[in-house]
Amino acid sequence: MKLMVNGEAHEIAATTLAELLAALDYEGEWLATAVNSDLVHRANRAEFRLSDGDRIEILSPMQGG
Amino acid sequence: MFDLLGAALPSRLLLGTAQYPSPAILADAVKTSGASVVTVSLRREMAGGWGGEKFWSLVNSLGVRILPNTAGCHSVKEAVTTAKMAREVFGTSWIKLEVIGNHDTLQPDVFGLVEAACILCEDGFTVFPYTTDDLVVAERLLGAGCKVLMPWCAPIGSALGPVNIMALRSMRGHFPDVPLIVDAGLGRPSHAATVMELGFDAVLLNTAVAKAADPVGMARAFGKAVEAGREAYSSGMLEPRDMAIPSTPVIGMAAFR
Repeated sequence: MKLMVNGEAHEIAATTLAELLAALDYEGEWLATAVNSDLVHRANRAEFRLSDGDRIEILSPMQGG
Repeated sequence: MFDLLGAALPSRLLLGTAQYPSPAILADAVKTSGASVVTVSLRREMAGGWGGEKFWSLVNSLGVRILPNTAGCHSVKEAVTTAKMAREVFGTSWIKLEVIGNHDTLQPDVFGLVEAACILCEDGFTVFPYTTDDLVVAERLLGAGCKVLMPWCAPIGSALGPVNIMALRSMRGHFPDVPLIVDAGLGRPSHAATVMELGFDAVLLNTAVAKAADPVGMARAFGKAVEAGREAYSSGMLEPRDMAIPSTPVIGMAAFR
């Protein structure tokens, strides 16, 4: 399946958002996820099924003004 | 204590966490300034940066309240989604709402700002809108459900200080009971003291401290200026006048002629 993850194209076998995070070694309570510009709650990642062409954002706390 | 929407805060200074030379200097600046709130953001993790887990741990160790922002968002959709992501990560419904409308001035898109504020207030957020000093926009934001307003006093990072004192004074006069926080454009401690003397409830700044030659020293200076300005406002300042008034008693002067 072709996915855009944080702006980069990936070819990944993951079928759920949780599987994608694990495949890319994203781990931690400080991560936030969105698919196609909508928030996907932490609790829903395991059941959230990805589709070909989905745009995924994985964000972390960062300095800000 | 400063009561900000039910939160008892030890100071009226809110400090940004960006652009410091190192995590240690950031932590020292926050402690030294006495800031009660720090702003943070959400970004993609970058190799070599000190965001992510390291920054998460640092922020949690500061013992201050966290105000996540939607910095860099240019659309309502981006800002709303970022706010929702921030609420999950940082565990707070406070959000500094930025919807940027111009690349050069980084001024808010006030139309998008009001629209996003409506959506987020409805969703239970406590929205701190980064706005202009326009009274009509301010009214709309309050109508959208905002309980606090954060007008700029000059463009973000410009260090110009309050460029339109009359507009800021008008805001204070029109909204005597709304917490008003000057956000963006402050360059020097005297700028912070000036807006605090106008009766603003607090200031939020970042670049003026982070990019100073000595950020920790500048953080201390801003902390003092904010306190001084507030105490001056509370103590009732003299109105300026054109003619002199002798401060030493005239009665009882010796007659040497």
